[in-house]
This record gives sequence, structure tokens and C-alpha cells, in this order.
Amino acid sequence: MSEQLHDVRLHVNGSVHEVQVPARRLLSDALRHDCGLTGTHVGCEHGVCGACTVLVDGSPVRSCLMFAVSAVDAEITTVEGLTEADDTPEGRLSPVQQAFSDCHGLQCGFCTPGFLTTITAGLKENPDPTEDEAREMIAGNLCRCTGYQNIVKSVLRAAEIEQERS
Amino acid sequence: MTTKLFGTKVPRVEDQRFLRGQGRYVDDLLTDDPRLLHAAVLRSPHAHARITDIDVADVLDVEGVLAVWTYDDLVDAMAQPLPLLIPHPTLTHGRTQYALAKDEVNYMGEAIAFVVAVDRYVAEDAVARIRVSYDQLPPVVGIAAARAADRLVHDDVPGNVGARMEQENGDARAAIADAPHTLRLELDVERSACTPMEGRGTVARWDPDTSRLTVWSSTQTSTGVRGCVAAKLGLDLAKVDVITPDVGGGFGVKINHPWPEELLVPLAAMTLGRPVKFTEDRREHFISSAHERAQVHHVEVGFDDDGRVLGLNVEFWHDHGAYTPYGLIVPIITSTQLLGPYKPANYRVVFESLYTNTVIVTPYRGAGRPQGCFVMERTMDAIAAYLGKDRTEVRSTNFIQPDEFPYEHGLVFQDGRPLTYDSGDYPASLEKLKTLVGWDEFEDFRAEMAAQGRRVGIGLACYVEGTGVGPYEGAHVHIETSGKVKVATGLTTQGQGHQTAFAQIVADTLGVRFEDVEITTGDTRKMPYAVGTFASRAAVMSGSAIHLASLRAREKALRIAAEALEAAEDDLEIVDGVVSVRGTDASIDLGTVAVLSNPLRYAFDEASKAATQFSVGDPGKPPVAEDDEPGLEGKDFYSPERSTFANGMHAVIVETDPDTAEITILKYAVVHDCGHLINPMIVEGQIQGGVAQGVGGALYERMEYDEAGQLLNASFMDFLMPYVTEVPTTIDIDHLETPSPLNPLGIKGAGEAGVIPSAAVFAAAIEDAERPYKPTLAITAMPISPSELFDLRLAHADVPAEAIAEETR
Amino acid sequence: MKPAPFAFRRPATLEEALAALAEEPGAKVLAGGQSLVPLLSMRLAAPSMLVDINALPGLGHVRCSSDGGAAGVRIGALARHAHVLASTEAAEVQPLLAMALSHVAHPTIRNRGTTVGSIVHADAAAEMPMVLRLLEGSVDVASVRGRRTVPAGELFAGPLESTLAHDEIAVEAFFPALPEGAGVAFQEIARRHGDYALVGVAALVETDGGEVVRARVGFVSVSDVPVVVDVTDSLDDPAGKALAELDPAADIHATAAYRAHLVKVLTPRVLADAVHHARERNT
Repeated sequence: MSEQLHDVRLHVNGSVHEVQVPARRLLSDALRHDCGLTGTHVGCEHGVCGACTVLVDGSPVRSCLMFAVSAVDAEITTVEGLTEADDTPEGRLSPVQQAFSDCHGLQCGFCTPGFLTTITAGLKENPDPTEDEAREMIAGNLCRCTGYQNIVKSVLRAAEIEQERS
Repeated sequence: MTTKLFGTKVPRVEDQRFLRGQGRYVDDLLTDDPRLLHAAVLRSPHAHARITDIDVADVLDVEGVLAVWTYDDLVDAMAQPLPLLIPHPTLTHGRTQYALAKDEVNYMGEAIAFVVAVDRYVAEDAVARIRVSYDQLPPVVGIAAARAADRLVHDDVPGNVGARMEQENGDARAAIADAPHTLRLELDVERSACTPMEGRGTVARWDPDTSRLTVWSSTQTSTGVRGCVAAKLGLDLAKVDVITPDVGGGFGVKINHPWPEELLVPLAAMTLGRPVKFTEDRREHFISSAHERAQVHHVEVGFDDDGRVLGLNVEFWHDHGAYTPYGLIVPIITSTQLLGPYKPANYRVVFESLYTNTVIVTPYRGAGRPQGCFVMERTMDAIAAYLGKDRTEVRSTNFIQPDEFPYEHGLVFQDGRPLTYDSGDYPASLEKLKTLVGWDEFEDFRAEMAAQGRRVGIGLACYVEGTGVGPYEGAHVHIETSGKVKVATGLTTQGQGHQTAFAQIVADTLGVRFEDVEITTGDTRKMPYAVGTFASRAAVMSGSAIHLASLRAREKALRIAAEALEAAEDDLEIVDGVVSVRGTDASIDLGTVAVLSNPLRYAFDEASKAATQFSVGDPGKPPVAEDDEPGLEGKDFYSPERSTFANGMHAVIVETDPDTAEITILKYAVVHDCGHLINPMIVEGQIQGGVAQGVGGALYERMEYDEAGQLLNASFMDFLMPYVTEVPTTIDIDHLETPSPLNPLGIKGAGEAGVIPSAAVFAAAIEDAERPYKPTLAITAMPISPSELFDLRLAHADVPAEAIAEETR
Repeated sequence: MKPAPFAFRRPATLEEALAALAEEPGAKVLAGGQSLVPLLSMRLAAPSMLVDINALPGLGHVRCSSDGGAAGVRIGALARHAHVLASTEAAEVQPLLAMALSHVAHPTIRNRGTTVGSIVHADAAAEMPMVLRLLEGSVDVASVRGRRTVPAGELFAGPLESTLAHDEIAVEAFFPALPEGAGVAFQEIARRHGDYALVGVAALVETDGGEVVRARVGFVSVSDVPVVVDVTDSLDDPAGKALAELDPAADIHATAAYRAHLVKVLTPRVLADAVHHARERNT
């Protein structure tokens, strides 16, 4: 009994990935294993921790709660797609990424991609958050290392960097 | 030492790859290798059962399944129980599990069969097809059931007692009998767990061309895993490399080794001739890694009118789960570190370490100290309440004074060495804490809030933490001809910023640019001698070793440079990778010194051209002197005679809702003394993370086992790790820097500090908030939820309303 | 934690989707998937087929109308919680929607999860099934056999069980508008922000000349099915009336007694808020 494979065209970070996957392949696994984008991490596989958060048409979504076959019509952004093009091959850190570096917003780095994507979308919606709004923005993501203090600072700092750069 | 980067908030170099999604965690490895196979494990659904049959006939029919192992397929050392890592004379009945269960399972989650398939989905399909027949046995769940011992976990362990240990300094019982005042307390702490965001994981690849096994594991000890893999698979140590890639948090659970999968993955890779990966999922992490914390304590204390402790007698019972691979480390730490910054005149402690049909116990950040701190600090609070004294005053009375160091407690610590504190200034720390939290102003605040119908309370707790336990760590420093400095130390990294903090030490000690230093940790190919990352030891142990190894490299560089520059070594300095004669223009790059250090026969680039044997050295002498080695390197090990003791004090102000019993944190303050700080930013990050984890442990997280030994909350849905919304909005931190005399940098460990006083400090503050209304209410069990606080309120009588009115007037 | 295999359809029309469901008795509908996918990954559910309705046209709407008997908010099967929550018009026509939706999990879950999906998932710990019931709304369902409207009072059969047949798709939910002189309120207490409530309470009061003429209260997490209690006659002790009908259970997060206590604390508070809301709207 061979499991049926589906031809799926995923649009990730501006590139097209043609993958063949069974229907049950979680989007998180497809991104990591089929597209080779291992920056998206899997922390719980039941939608609570937020480590696997990616942007689906610009909105943060748990990639462990979506199937790859359901993501065909979507434009997906992962942590690898957050950097901004400049004259270096690796690109410049986005304001959110830079803020995490400035504020020590990460330790082991495992939950970080989910925070980065979530905050990137959050600041689009609210470019100048108060501290309470910054907290609200990250309230659905778990981190076991930082105690969140510096992640909240990173949100506020990211808003500043965004301003400085524009 | 000339410090430049030491003590400064250098941004972390590791962040660049993490922020770009380019970290390499174990599940990221070999993802593009089409030969990679994936493992899944059949785990016991029962807490206690005899296995009568395992039928795997249906499994190999599943397309994509390559192999399945059960106990019957294991041979030689693999068929023996897993190692008991830390034996102890009092651990008279130590037991460890098999890599795959043999005849019996002793906890829900114990590994029974191991399936390897083309992907994890198929492997799980296969696991679901294995048929196991069980005879269920009555489970032992919780300390009360273990003590009652009318059921046994292991038939050959009477009373479910794995170990009984007693230590005494003086004669505590006699002192208590003679004391003017005595109190007794019963204090409980529930099970919890580390729950790093990344679970366990192992990848192995056997290379038939070189006959070598490479194992990548998400571990806190790569050398430990290497030793176990070699021994269990019957391989020469030299054939096994273990690499720890980026690790998504450890907090203690990943120090245990070898996990069954750490052996079965390499076994499968060798058997099948293809790389194999096991990535633990979240549910598995709850039911098959490790827990900690569960202990029941009975305290008797005798004290004088000032609150001075004359005798302290503590008996406690430690739930170590179904097996004891990590020995007695946790209860030994409780039994010794319970003392905190105090000096009871007489102290006796006895514990029993008990078997239960639940997941094994290994150290979880704090490792027995949170329980010890809870016991001691609740005792201090009880003494203060009994005498009607300020809680800080009773503590001050019992502090070890600054002029009493080194202070010997007359006990043996977890490393087998005497429990001797090296340094500290507890009165100064307490003064700082009182200022930071506003201790003396609190009663005004309480009255102000009471007038609004709000209940607030304040608590404090003090701890001392033995950090940097031995036996040793080492480091190797290599200066390449480019001037780049490559440094290896063997312990592992799981988020502590070692690549940054250690590079700061190298840059300062060696005199090179920070950017030129690259640190490698946890790779047995580069540093095969190492212990691991636990017990807040990395900075102390590897930091010191790296400092010493850098000094050696520096020494050699100066010797060669002195010859090249025709100057005395004493006249040389190294700044930004350039050796120069002080006060002159004469200089030489370290890279060039590296060239000179290694006489070559073959030239392959400009630098090496300068080093051929026709270019360097005295033709009258051997190219490499008898007492020398080629290359510009330094290697050294740091092995202290005993641990160094950090300390700290926390205070918290909480509000308890009079109607809903919800608990809100209003202010959290930390005074912390870990000696000299290498990177204050990283240390504060460690404290903040520890405090949040402590909030989880005090107010949210616990393992909920039912009577059948089923873990009811094996998910992040029901195991309530705090989000940002549950942690304090600010954590006020103040440092004291009392250097350790035991290591060259004067540092002490900082990793666990944030979490140690949490249970104690929250219990104290909640009790303090409730006492004006419920004078008999005592918090004796942690964690505590609003539902439990509500129950406590029901169980205790109110103060008559007119008395409250009198009080607040 | 990976789902068992299943067949997959992603139809482009409702007719195709209904036909696929009718043909496959073990099929389940996949909309937002925020409750379904964890169940699949834990292998607590293993449908033979998923019919992914996310590509169906014309179901993403949040339509508001304030005319007469049909006044209310019509929410299509593919409208995400976030979409509904963002609709200021919906919040005006029926303010309880936004009040309750802001308590549904976290924003990231609301970005994908659908309001209609949450309703037919029929979780008594979830906010929206109770809200639909309190407001006496309804759900329009379609199958190859035709369409029907199920009133909220007939929608919930048991724990996590709706009265929909396996071949039916809920295509739209209807939340009646808040009438003149009425007010609503919502409060819940959860262990962590964003968790399922230990107890959640919503109230709908109707006033006439400042007097409460009808008061109903809906409860989350204190019964097997979403439950609403009419407390019009017991405004002096609404919680007592409610607790006579409710049967709060203990779980690992709270004892039954604590849940009952929270019902006592929250019910009068929420009623007072709703009355206040009604008065505010009238001024």
C-alpha cells in the first residue's frame, strides 16, 4: 500500500519549490526536510510553542498546524527570508533580527525564528508599539531561555531600527 | 590581568547564524542526504507491567520500514542494563533500565521497540502495528505510595528504597531538645521538568571507508556519550566521534546519557549501513526523558530568642522515578545546599531516595537546590513568624559572616569534597536586596493597597550555589599562520553564549582581536578530554582552562618572538595580534610567529614559504628543539580542588486576588554574586531566564500523574510553561562581585541561580499576602495554583473583620 | 507526533466538496485545522480522508446587516477569527463577538483558525460555541442532500460533538445583532493568558427603560456542552441559579469547587458589566 504523493508547488521566500509529498506532510516538515529550510524549528507539533511560526501571505501561522498540500496558494516567508538584500551575499539583518542581536533577545536560538517571524508581521501592523503591545505581540510564543525580558526590549528596539532605516 | 573585554557586554557572535536561520541543531543535520533513515520508538503505555509477548510480524510489511529492534535483538553489552553513571556507597539498590525493555516496564514511556524507516511518519505507522501483550502490575506513584511500600517497583528492592544517606555536623537532635524554641514543618515540592524547546535527538553515520562512527547528539556531554557508545557497541574509542551541534536548551535533562536512542541510533546506522536520525517529539520528551523536584521534607528546628538556629534536623524523601542512572546527585545537593548562607550550630540530614513507577529523575536547573532553599527559607520564615521578628533580621542573625571564609560546614558535597564555601558577603547582599525591593517601605504599600481592598505580600529567599564542580575541563588554543586563533574546549553549549564569553577571555589573555578567535565546543575530535556542561560549571571550568591554555600559547609566542625580534621576553607585549617591543617600532604578527614555530619542508603559500627549513632556525640545531613542539599552540586543563560557591537573594511582591485567588507578580528583585562577570549581558540573561523558569516552577508547572501512573499533562497545552504574559514585566538585578580565590579569573557559575529561590520566595510572598486575613494559613507545598490557594483559604479561618479594620487603621 | 495517512481532496467548488464527503464516510472537513491537526498529529483522530475547503470560493465573508429580523453578522466558513475580530462593523452590530474572540487562543492561532470551524468543533471549553448559543444564533449547513439551518440550541450533542451529519459542511454562522436596549459582556479566567478558560462567562441582558427584562448567561468550561442559563428571574442570585444547572468538573488545573466559586464570582460581575454596557449604548 503505497502512500499517494502529491505534487506541491510551494512559494517560499520568493522562490518556488516543487516537492512531492504525501498529504499528511506537515508544512513544517516540508519546509525543513523537502525545501531544506531548517531555520523553521519544531518545538511541540501541537500549535502551542510557536517555534514553527512562518508567515503565510504575511500573517504569522503555525506551520505545524498546516499541511504542505494546503499551502499551495500561499506566499510563505520563513526566517531565512527575513534578511534584507544589500551588497553582501548573506544580506543585511532585518530590523527585527538586528534588534535581537542588540538586545540579547536569544540564548539557545531554538524558539527565535518563530519570534522573528511573528514580530516582523506584528510591527507591520503596529510599527510603534508600547511595551504592553510588544508583550501582546509575542504572547503566543514560548521561550525557555530568556525569560522574555530581552525579547520585549527587542520588539521595541526593532521598531526604532525600522524608523532609523526608513 | 589586563582586561579589555572581560567584564563588558560584548554582543554574541553566535547570534548571526541563529538569527538568519542558519543554526545547525541535530534535526537539521543530513536533511539533504537521501539515504538518511528515521527512527521511532514504541513506548510503554503502562506504568508497571510484565511484557509477555511482543509481536512485530506486521511491522516489516509496512512499505518503507527497514528494521525493528526489541530486547531480544540486542547482544553483548547492548543487552546489559544502561550504565549507572554516578555510583555512590549509599546507593545500595541502584537500578537502570535496558536500552529496550526486558520482560518488564517500570514507567509509562519506557522504550520497548525501535523502528527505523524512510521517514518518521512511516516509522510511527510501524510502531502502531507492534502488538505487545502485558500483564499489568500495580504501580507505585508518588512518595507516599513509595514509602508505604505495599507495592514494589522492583521486586528485589525492599521498601522501594534505593538509598539512605545521613550526614551530621554536631548533634542536632540534642541541640533541638535543649533549644528554647522548636518548630516542626512538613514541606512538599512536586515533580516538574526542564522542557527545553528542543527535545533530545541523535544522528549517527557509519563510514565504512574509514571505519568510523560519527554521532551527533543533543547532549550536555559529548565525551560522556562517546564513552558510552564505544563501550556499548564494542568499538574502540578511537573509532567514535561525538559532535554536539547547536543545542536548543538543556537545563539538565541532556546531561543524562546514554539515552536508549543514543545507543540504538548508532547501532542501527552500523547495522543498516545508512545514516539514522532520532528526533524526540514533545510527547516523548514528557514521558521518556527525565523529571525532577519531587521531594517531601520533615524539618525540626531549635532556636533561641534571636532566631539563631541551634539545631536543624531534616529528613526527606526523594522520588527518583523508576531507575537511578544519575545516582544520588539531586538529593545530595538538597541535603548539603539546603544550608544556604546560614550556619546552624548543629545540623543533621537524612534522606531516602525512593523508586516510583514514573519517569526517571536527573538534575533540572538548580538540581535539588530549589527544594533545599524552599525548606530552609520556609524554616526561616516560620522562625520569624513565631518570634514576631522581621524576616530579614532572623536571616541576618544566622548568616555566615564575611570574615568567616573559607567556611567549612563539616559535610561532604556532591563532588565528594568537603562542603567549604570559598567567599561571599551575605550581609552586603541582603542590604542591597532590601533597597532594591523596598523592603522597609513595604508596610506602607501594604496599607495603601489594603485600603483599596487589595492584598499584597512580600517574600525573600537566600541561596548559596556550589558551582564549577570538577573533575576538570581542558582547552586547546591554536594560532594559525593567518593570525586566526582556533580554540577548542570539550564541554558543550546549549545557549550560554560560550563562543562569545570564551572568546573574550582568549582575546584578553592572548592579546588578540576578538573577531580573530573562534571557539569550538563539544566536539570530541577537537578535544577528547572533557566532562560536560552542568552544575553552572562551564565558565568556571572551561573559562579557566581556556585562560590557562591561552597563557601557554602566549608564553610560546613570546619566546619565539623574542628570538625573532632579538629582545627580552619581558619587554614584549601582544596587542591585537601583534607582538612588539614596548616603546619601539619593532614588531611581529602572531601569524608570522606561528610560521616561525613550525619549520616546514614544503611551501604551499607565502606564509609557509617563509617557514621551510632553509628559511628558519639555526642550522647547528635540530629544527624542533628537544623540549619543544612544532606549532603555536597552548593546551591546559583546569582542575580545582573543590567547587566555588556563588550566592544570591531574591525578593518578590505579589498580589493575591481576594475573590478569584489569582496570583499576580508586582515586583521581582535579584541580588546576585557570581564573582567577576565575564559578560554581564549574558549573566543577566541567565538570571532573567532562570527567574522565568522559576515562576513556571512555583506557579504553573507540575507533572500530573494519576494513580495508575499515567502522565495526564504530557503536552504544552497542559504543562503550563509561562509565556511572556506570566513572567514579571521587569526583573530588577543588582550584582555583588566577590571573587572566588579558587580560579585564576575569580569567577563563579551563574547558570542556575535564577531558578533556585523561586519556590521559596513565592511561597513566602503569597503567605505574607494572605496572613493578615488568614492568620493560620501557611504555604507548605509548591507549586501553588489559584485553585490550591482557594482550597487553602477554605481550610483556614478568617480574621474577624473588626481585627482587620483595627490593623489597617 | 505525525498524522496517520489519509486521502486528500482540495475541491474548487462546494459541490465537489460535498460529493467527496458523501462518498467517503470516514472523511473530515479541514478548514483552519487549529484544533483538528493536533488531534491528527497525536493520532487521536485518523480520518480516512481530509476534504480541504480552503480553496472554496465565497466563504471568507464577514457580512453585517442591521435590518430587522435578519439583523446580525453572517460569518462564512473560511473567515478566520482574526478577520472577524478585525471587523469594526461586526463589533458594532454584535459587540460580544469581539469581546469573546479576543480570548480565543493567541493571535497566530486566530490568523488561521475559523470561527465557524470552532463552533462545529463543539468544544465546551471554547468561547465561540457558547457565544453562538447565548446569542441564539444558527449555523447554515450544506450537504448533497441540500441545505438546512441549525439553531444553536440544537447544534451541540455532547463533548466535542455537534449534531451535524458526517457529510455536512457548516458554510455559515449567523450571530443576531444586539438589539436596542441590550448589553453584553464577557470575562474569563485562564491559567495562562490565551489558554482555555478555567471558567468563562458571557452575559446578554435586555433592558427596558433601564430595567432588566431579560438576562441570560453563557458558560465556558463548566459543562460538557456549551450551556446558557436564563437568570431573568434570579437576578439577586444569578450564580446560584446557574450552578443549579451546571455541573463543574475537576481537572488538573482546577477543582470542581474552585470552578463553582469562579462561577459565583464572575456571573454577577459579568451581568453588571452587561447592564452597564446596555446603559452605555442607550446614552
